[in-house]
Amino acid sequence: MKGYRKYFGKKILWFVLTFIIAVILNFILPRLMPADPVAAITGKLAQGMTDTSAVQEIYQRYAEEFGTDKPMLEQFFIWCGKAIRGDFGLSFSQYPRSVSDIISSAIGWTIALQLPAILVGWLLGNILGAVAAYMKKGFDKVLLPVSLFMSNVPAFGMAVILLVVFGVNLKWAPIAGGYAYDMIPNMSWRFIASVIRHYQLPFWSIVLVSIGGQAVGMRSMSIYELNADYVKYARFLGIKDRKIVGYVFRNAMLPQVTGLALSIGTMIGGALVAEIIFSYPGLGSTMYAAVTAADYPLISATTLIITIMVLLATFLLDIIYGFIDPRVKAAQID
Amino acid sequence: MKNTLRQVFHSSKFVGGFVIFMLLVLTMIIYPLINPGNPLEQIGVGTFAEPGTYVSLYDSLSSPTETMRLPGADEKRLVRSLTGEDRVAMVEWFTAAGVPVDDLDMTDTDAMLDLWFANYDVSAKPKGMTMAKRNYYQRLNNNLLDIRAGDTLIIADKNDETGELEEKKQVNKTDYVNIGEVANVKTLPLGTDNFGRDVLKQLVSACGTSIRIGLVAGIVATLIGLSLGLLAGYLGGIADDLIMFITNIFTVIPGFILLILITNSVGQEQRGATLVAVVIGLTSWTWTARSVRSQVISLRNRDHVNLSKLSGHSMVRIVLTDILPYIASYVVMAFILQVSSGILAEAQLSLLGLGPRTTTTATLGLMMNWAMLYSAHTNGSWWAYFPVILTITLISFSLNLMNTGLDQVFNPTLRD
Repeated sequence: MKGYRKYFGKKILWFVLTFIIAVILNFILPRLMPADPVAAITGKLAQGMTDTSAVQEIYQRYAEEFGTDKPMLEQFFIWCGKAIRGDFGLSFSQYPRSVSDIISSAIGWTIALQLPAILVGWLLGNILGAVAAYMKKGFDKVLLPVSLFMSNVPAFGMAVILLVVFGVNLKWAPIAGGYAYDMIPNMSWRFIASVIRHYQLPFWSIVLVSIGGQAVGMRSMSIYELNADYVKYARFLGIKDRKIVGYVFRNAMLPQVTGLALSIGTMIGGALVAEIIFSYPGLGSTMYAAVTAADYPLISATTLIITIMVLLATFLLDIIYGFIDPRVKAAQID
Repeated sequence: MKNTLRQVFHSSKFVGGFVIFMLLVLTMIIYPLINPGNPLEQIGVGTFAEPGTYVSLYDSLSSPTETMRLPGADEKRLVRSLTGEDRVAMVEWFTAAGVPVDDLDMTDTDAMLDLWFANYDVSAKPKGMTMAKRNYYQRLNNNLLDIRAGDTLIIADKNDETGELEEKKQVNKTDYVNIGEVANVKTLPLGTDNFGRDVLKQLVSACGTSIRIGLVAGIVATLIGLSLGLLAGYLGGIADDLIMFITNIFTVIPGFILLILITNSVGQEQRGATLVAVVIGLTSWTWTARSVRSQVISLRNRDHVNLSKLSGHSMVRIVLTDILPYIASYVVMAFILQVSSGILAEAQLSLLGLGPRTTTTATLGLMMNWAMLYSAHTNGSWWAYFPVILTITLISFSLNLMNTGLDQVFNPTLRD
């Protein structure tokens, strides 16, 4: 147990350090952008105003409110102190909405879209890959090139193709938004039906892209395991084929679980594009809007959330691996 | 070396990928020779001209004509001139005027016209039809009558002195022009894009730029990843910890986001294709470093390495002669994957409007971005975006196929 404590202690230390650096980068990088968003807001408000001292005053008021008049270091500590309490300040582009308000309304959409899509894609891909590895002949010969080709269609390409074929031409599903534009989110059946209809295209575009990659990975892992010595040994012992296949696929799953955990962690970054193409009201679209508007409080907050999610995913993965992978266990005994 | 190459070229997957990739590269070299000129030249004034052959109307009028009586020419002309909207409008008129249309096939032009000429009456005023709509039907009727009749068109020129129109030429329905005789004919196999530029020409040049971006990104990423991985793996200890810490930071912060932040921070003017490529390389080296490190660790204590150490060889020499050759195949595979992901990263960045800011070169991502900005996908201009998606897919498919083939050659357990 002492070995474990040391292992996890070391891991936690590195994660905390990484987290701190990530927070600093998240804060600094967007603020290096050349645009001055406060000037942009002032410009919008001061349109048609001729009194320069009034414009000056407006600018100063806003600079004070957003805290951009203080030195960068001071801004950073103020920002950190507020961020711990979940307050990321006010958004520039959607002023006077607060950043936390924007994000909390967007994050639900993203999770509801991506989590099921990633799970379904992962499951279907793994089943296909395992079947391909086991059947070898015909099925595999067709499936491997097809999945390889599918996994190489860029995410935005798949999204655009689905949008054009099923949205524009066949009109099976609406092409933009999370629900019909004339509705206000509520719990009525009509609204839920609209959400489900808008859900289809983004959902399937993510599933289709992830199936291919997962199938290719699972196939090669399964083939690797099927040729392993323990399988041959088990065959010599006369263990039933069905049982061996069970062992093989359990072993082949291990790296695939890693892939799943990582893709759940990176889901916002990874499928950002699908959301943007379908104007889905999730974090991806929010971030895109923030980047185009140089809205750095919003950029910092969205990237920070993504970073935290990836960190958590890798951290949990390391912990779980410490328990289930015998090699890590062995390393602690040394 | 020779043996390895022979083995590699025996793998059907590698050869398949290699052939596709070489075909793309060959197209990039040969096509500009056949069709020289600036790929970003605006040749069309309108947006999204459909793919096809464009014949100068002006030149074809002055070209020598040949009289031909082709069977079915009139029918073809009628079918073409009767748009889908007109057909729907005709059925509307029939219903308004009380003509039975139950068994009428809207694609059967002859039946529609027969029914039309048998029933249409200029003076009829179906209930509820506006004046404008009635006028529309009159015009439609006149058009149809014109096409049916054996009229000739008259080409007239305005006389500068008197200001009167003078007949220059008569064009009969049976006049044909040999396309070879027309001075200006332009074939646009993929039409034009939103700025009126030849899509195919642009695609070929964009494909080249994108592959170059992928190569630069791949080289940068592989060099950083390889040297950091070698150092961390060979030195171990504090150096290893430090390098892995840096690697972890870059892994944990999603590369895509770092890319958005960096490309946004450097500002728009400095953001050329090379810079974007370097930035992509700078953010994607982490997994190369990680896997090179683990390979080096497993090599570090081999006998031949220890022997070199005992012989007093320098670290540089040990790494170069005793370790690098053993991981060379792996590094090549990692490089191929880096190139393919670099091309993809550029495309995604450009799609978000964060790609290279140039007006002199096209990249696959920029073409996609332009097509999306001018909503080619919703107005049916498939030629502006579909070939781009297909090209990106083909490039990364061929590279990944090569990688899979190499993997099977160097990892015999993966062979089926």
